[in-house]
Amino acid sequence: MSGRTLYDKLWDSHLVTQRDDGSALIYIDRQLLHEVTSPQAFEGLALAGRRPWRLDANLATVDHNVPTENQAAGVEAIADPVSRLQVQTLDSNCDAFGITQFKMADPRAGIVHVIGPEQGATLPGMTIVCGDSHTATHGAFGALAHGIGTSEVEHVLATQCLVAKKMRNMRVTVSGPLGFGVTAKDVILAIIGQIGTAGGTGCAIEFAGEGIASLSMEGRMTVCNMAIEAGARVGLVGVDEKTIEYVKGRPFAPTGDLFDAAADSWRTLVSDADARFDHEVTLDGTLIEPQVSWGTNPEMVTGVHGQVPDPTQIDDPLKRGAVERALKYMGLTGGQSIDSIRLDRVFIGSCTNSRIEDLRDAAQVVDGKRVADSVKQAMVVPGSGLVKAQAEAEGLDQIFLEAGFEWRDPGCSMCLAMNADRLGPGEHCASTSNRNFEGRQGTGGRTHLVSPTMAAAAAVAGHFVDVREWL
Amino acid sequence: MQQFIRETGCVMPLDRANVDTDQIIPKQYLKSIHRTGFGVNLFDDWRYLDPGEPGMDHSTRRLNPDFVLNDARYQGATILLARDNFGCGSSREHAPWAILEYGFRVVIAPSFADIFFNNSFKNGLLPVTLEADAVEQLFALASAENPLQLTVDLETQTVAASEGFSASFEIDPFRRTCLLEGLDEIGLSLKEADAIRAFEAQHRQSQPWLFTHS
Ligand code: SF4
Repeated sequence: MSGRTLYDKLWDSHLVTQRDDGSALIYIDRQLLHEVTSPQAFEGLALAGRRPWRLDANLATVDHNVPTENQAAGVEAIADPVSRLQVQTLDSNCDAFGITQFKMADPRAGIVHVIGPEQGATLPGMTIVCGDSHTATHGAFGALAHGIGTSEVEHVLATQCLVAKKMRNMRVTVSGPLGFGVTAKDVILAIIGQIGTAGGTGCAIEFAGEGIASLSMEGRMTVCNMAIEAGARVGLVGVDEKTIEYVKGRPFAPTGDLFDAAADSWRTLVSDADARFDHEVTLDGTLIEPQVSWGTNPEMVTGVHGQVPDPTQIDDPLKRGAVERALKYMGLTGGQSIDSIRLDRVFIGSCTNSRIEDLRDAAQVVDGKRVADSVKQAMVVPGSGLVKAQAEAEGLDQIFLEAGFEWRDPGCSMCLAMNADRLGPGEHCASTSNRNFEGRQGTGGRTHLVSPTMAAAAAVAGHFVDVREWL
Repeated sequence: MQQFIRETGCVMPLDRANVDTDQIIPKQYLKSIHRTGFGVNLFDDWRYLDPGEPGMDHSTRRLNPDFVLNDARYQGATILLARDNFGCGSSREHAPWAILEYGFRVVIAPSFADIFFNNSFKNGLLPVTLEADAVEQLFALASAENPLQLTVDLETQTVAASEGFSASFEIDPFRRTCLLEGLDEIGLSLKEADAIRAFEAQHRQSQPWLFTHS
C-alpha cells in the first residue's frame, strides 16, 4: 500500500460514516461564521426547532459589510440600513444561540480568515468550514478547510458534520529558491496563470517545494487563500516547525503539556514520501516574477515586464472571445505593456494580504515617498483590529498617512465593495485582493491583482513598476 | 427541499466561460437576510443598463437588449445552458437562489465550480454536466430562430430534444435520491446522531486540544 497524502490523513481522521452511495459524513472541528452567509442558516435552524450541536466549535465575526471608518461607534456607524440589519441579525443570532462572537468595535474582530489563525482558532489537523470560499486560507496550517454554502452552514450547526465526497489529490510543487523581492502573492498568481481558474476543480491542492517551505506562515496563508481561484476548494501546506511556532501562545490554542502533545501529533501532518497524487504540477520558483493581472479572472495574469495579450494572435475562438471581452471591459489594448497601465486607486487589504507582514512590506516601499497625484485614492485596510493595533504600535500607520494613504478600520472593504469603499466605473485599481471579476470592486471597476509591495510601488509611481528595483 | 424529477422547457444559451458568482448575483444583493427576492437581480450587471441597488423598483430599470436573458425568444426559459467552469468564485448560495427564483430548474454546462455545484443540489436546482461536444450541439440548437425545448429527466439521467438530440449524464447517487425525493439532508444526517456522538467522544479523547476554547 502506498503512503497517504496530508489530505488523506485529514479525511481519514474525521470520517464519521462512509455511506454506500459514495458520500460520507465528516466531523467538523471549527465553524467560522460571518454576517452574509449565516442569517438564512440560523433562520432554518430556528424554524426546524433545532439547536447548534456544539456551541464551542463556532466562532463568529463581522467583516463583509462593516464600514472602515468610525467602527468604534459600533453598528450605529453603518449608514446603510440594509447592511446594518444584516450585522444586527448576526449579533442577535449569536446572542440567542450562545455563540462566541467578536462584534463591531471589539479589537479582535476582523476578516474571518484573518482572525481564525490570529486567535489560534485555526489549528493544525482540524477540519474547518465557513460560508466563504476563501476558507481555503486555513489550509496553510495543515488543516482541512473548505468554503461551504449557507445550507451547509445550517447542516454543520445542526449536526457538527458535513456531507462530503472525497476530493482528488493534487500537488503543486514550487521549486526554489524564490527570487529577490518575489512574494507569496506572486507565487499563487503565477500558479493560477499556469493551471487556470479551473485547474484544481474537484481537488485538494497541496502546495509543496522549497518555494512554499521558505514562505512565512502568513505567506502560506496568502497562497492557500487563492486555491479557490485555481478552482480548488481546499489548499494545504504540510506542518513544519514554523506552523507550530506560529500557533503557540494564541488565545484559543492549547497550552502546557496539552500543547506539547498536540505539537507531536501535528508533526505527522505531512504527506508520506511515497504518497500518490492524482495530479502533479511543478513550477520553477526561480523564474517567478512579480505578477499583475490584466483581465477579468485571476488566470489572466502576467509578469510585470509582460504585455497584455493580443487577441489577434490567439487561434482558439473561445479563448480569443474571452480575451477580447476582458480587454474591452478593462479598457486595455492588446499588446499594451503592463507598466503602461495607469492607476486611479490602490487598495491594500483583504483576507489575501492584510496581515502584519503585508503591511510591513508595503510600508517599507512607501516610506518617505508620496502617492502620485494622479492616484485619486490609496487605502490600507488592516485585516483585523489586532493587526491594526500592531501596525500602529510599529508606526506603520504614520508611514502610510505621511505618504498620502488612508488608514482605515478593519474589514473586507474594497475587496468586494459591499460597504461604501468601491471603484467608480472605468477606474483602474491596483488591489491586493483575490478577485478581478467584472464589477467585483464596484460596478464597471477594473481590478489588477498584485502583491502588497507591487501595490505600494504602483501607488507612488501612478502606474505599475517592478518593485524589485525599489527594494 | 424542492423535489426534482424531470423538467421540460425552453433553453437559454449563455455563451461565456467562467461565469462567476459576482455576475450571477452581485454583492449588493447579498445584504438580505432572507432566501428570496434575488430573481429580479439575476445577472444584474449584464441584464440592466443602469447600476442596481437593493430596494429599487427593478421594473423601471433600463434593460440591456443585447443580453440573452432579455431576448424575447427565451422568455420563460427553465433550462440554462452555459460554458466551462460555471459558478466560479464565491460560496454564496444566493447564486442558485437567484437562478431558481428567476425560473430555471436546470443548468447544463461542460463543467461547474465545486461550491456552486454543491449548493445547487441543496436547493433543488439540477446542474447537469455534459461532454463538450454535446454542449456545443445544444448551443447550436438553442441559438436557432425557434427556441429549443428540452427534457431533462433525473430518473433516467437523460437530456433529450425532439430535434433528435439526446445524451445521458452521470450523477452522484446520494444527490440524485435527495433531489428525487426532496429530502431534508439535516434530518437524514441526524438519523446518524449516535454515530456522530460516538465519533465525537473518541475524537475528543485522541485529540483533546481540538476542543479547547479561549
Ligand atoms: S476579504 Fe474579500 S475575499 Fe476575503 S472574506 Fe472578505 S470579501 Fe471575501
